[in-house]
Amino acid sequence: MSGAKEVKQHYEPGTHPDLPPPLGSTGPIKWIRENLFSSPTNIVLTILAAFFLYKIVPGMVAWTITDATFIAADRNECRALNSGACWAFIAQRWHLFTFGFYPEAERWRVVLAFILLCVVIVALLWENCPGRSLLVKFALIFPFIAAWLLLGGFGLEPVSTDKFGGFMLTVIIGVTGIALSLPLGILLALGRQSNLPIIKYACVGFIEFIRGVPLITLLFVASTMLSYFLPPGTNFNLLLRVLIMVTLFASAYMAEVIRGGLQAVPNGQIEAADAMGLKYWPAMRLIVLPQALKISIPGIVNTFIGLYKDSVLVIVIGLLDPLGIGQASLADTKWQGLSTEVYLFVAIFFFISCYAMARYSLYLERKLHTGH
Amino acid sequence: MDTDQRVEHELGEVAIKIREMHKWYGSFHVLKDINLEVQSGERIVVCGPSGSGKSTMIRCINRLEEHQKGDIIVDGVELTNDLKNIEAVRREVGMVFQHFNLFPHLTVLENCTLAPIWVRKTPKAEAEEIAMRYLERVKIPEQARKFPGQLSGGQQQRVAIARSLCMSPKIMLFDEPTSALDPEMIKEVLDTMIELAQEGMTMICVTHEMGFAKTVANRVIFMDAGQIIEQNNPDEFFNNPQNERTQLFLSQILNH
Repeated sequence: MSGAKEVKQHYEPGTHPDLPPPLGSTGPIKWIRENLFSSPTNIVLTILAAFFLYKIVPGMVAWTITDATFIAADRNECRALNSGACWAFIAQRWHLFTFGFYPEAERWRVVLAFILLCVVIVALLWENCPGRSLLVKFALIFPFIAAWLLLGGFGLEPVSTDKFGGFMLTVIIGVTGIALSLPLGILLALGRQSNLPIIKYACVGFIEFIRGVPLITLLFVASTMLSYFLPPGTNFNLLLRVLIMVTLFASAYMAEVIRGGLQAVPNGQIEAADAMGLKYWPAMRLIVLPQALKISIPGIVNTFIGLYKDSVLVIVIGLLDPLGIGQASLADTKWQGLSTEVYLFVAIFFFISCYAMARYSLYLERKLHTGH
Repeated sequence: MDTDQRVEHELGEVAIKIREMHKWYGSFHVLKDINLEVQSGERIVVCGPSGSGKSTMIRCINRLEEHQKGDIIVDGVELTNDLKNIEAVRREVGMVFQHFNLFPHLTVLENCTLAPIWVRKTPKAEAEEIAMRYLERVKIPEQARKFPGQLSGGQQQRVAIARSLCMSPKIMLFDEPTSALDPEMIKEVLDTMIELAQEGMTMICVTHEMGFAKTVANRVIFMDAGQIIEQNNPDEFFNNPQNERTQLFLSQILNH
């Protein structure tokens, strides 16, 4: 205690105020120092990255935007006008990319269905949405309304599903797959943990079989082999078969992701629910699943994104998704050699949708964090 | 709660009856020939070295663990494989766990109203009113809208007690309720439990808090190696233990 005498206390015990942190230990300067220049290796990497960006970004901007052509009649006109990308091709065919071969006069139905879908998605994902409870009820009948709008009948001109294509097809497959594979995956995951051997092994068998087979083979089965199995004359819509296969495929992956979440919920939670006298389903729905699903959000969204992107595989059985439309368009002699534009365009479309899903999942994780 | 009615007028009615009960984990014989009768209004403290089967025994009372031989009758209902019986028993038996086991994704209030709403079918508004009353009793009504993760251990355990009380149980089981708490917080939980005992709740409490046993228990049970070795009223139990193992155990925990 001899040294302590010389140290002068600036404040009486218990009266020390909260002081601001020293300069440079917060804010952008701290961020730059910690993230860009924290060590010699880091400094070298930062400089290399900056140099790389300096080399590549201007060229990319020039090709895609400043030197690009947006209006032209064919490829030669494009080349004559400017040296960059020829977006005129996409601009001229965006109807095809969006609607496939859906009849022009009926396209408003697709647009209307899409607008309704957006409303439903906003209502489901945004908790403070005005009129949410009503819109959530609407979400339950939305699939039927959408099917009616897209397929026609009951007063609307019927449109065959062969005419569906482009982004519209991607969205139909993606949304249906996502909406159905989550509940199916939950049931499979719970079934896999069941005490009843029949349910358990049926679920295990299904999951392992579907996971062990490439999606393409399932799609081929859907497109060709089912016709052999089914009685002759049954006309089982190809799009419907694809939707079923994609959903089953995603739900097997989903089940395993959710099983991981279920196993991460401490046993004490189930014991507490049991001790209160909660039955199995309420205990699962109110206690276990909310926690398990929250833990599984990254994996669930990962599966969603995978499913959404895998929808381009339907090209192999002759459905014209955006890539299919793109390839068909490239066959046009007027526009030959523009594959970069087509693939970049399709890539941007997928990136926007998938990035939105990823951001939403991060937001959801933050929102559901309750400090435990 | 009219505390002046805390005379033990209800003593004599059998709340729990365990007869020749055995339990195995695989081939390991954890509980051996357990015989225990608990009168309603009785406060029993169970103690013993770790691994002696105390927790397993009280977890058999609400069938969190299954016994393989013998009978357990709780509040007149025999525990068998019949789910209806198990649910009926669990509705009347509250349990407080060592690690609280609050539901982290629900607020304190929602934790308390969940079982009344879903098991007892109490209307939400009424369930909330009851929950607030019990949260006031455990002295944390101001935390009702918070999540369990934002509370201290002692507060969480008091929420857990309130949550059990919201089901108006006839019997309360406490499984080492203070073992996971900091010393500063043990007292607030014990005070809540003492208050509950004084109101005449039938309680079985596995604990190492011998002070608590002396204050509230009618009977102290000592277990070792899966058997009930000795049971007596606290005075006799602490001052005049009969069995050698009890003496050894007491000398080890009381001489600190």
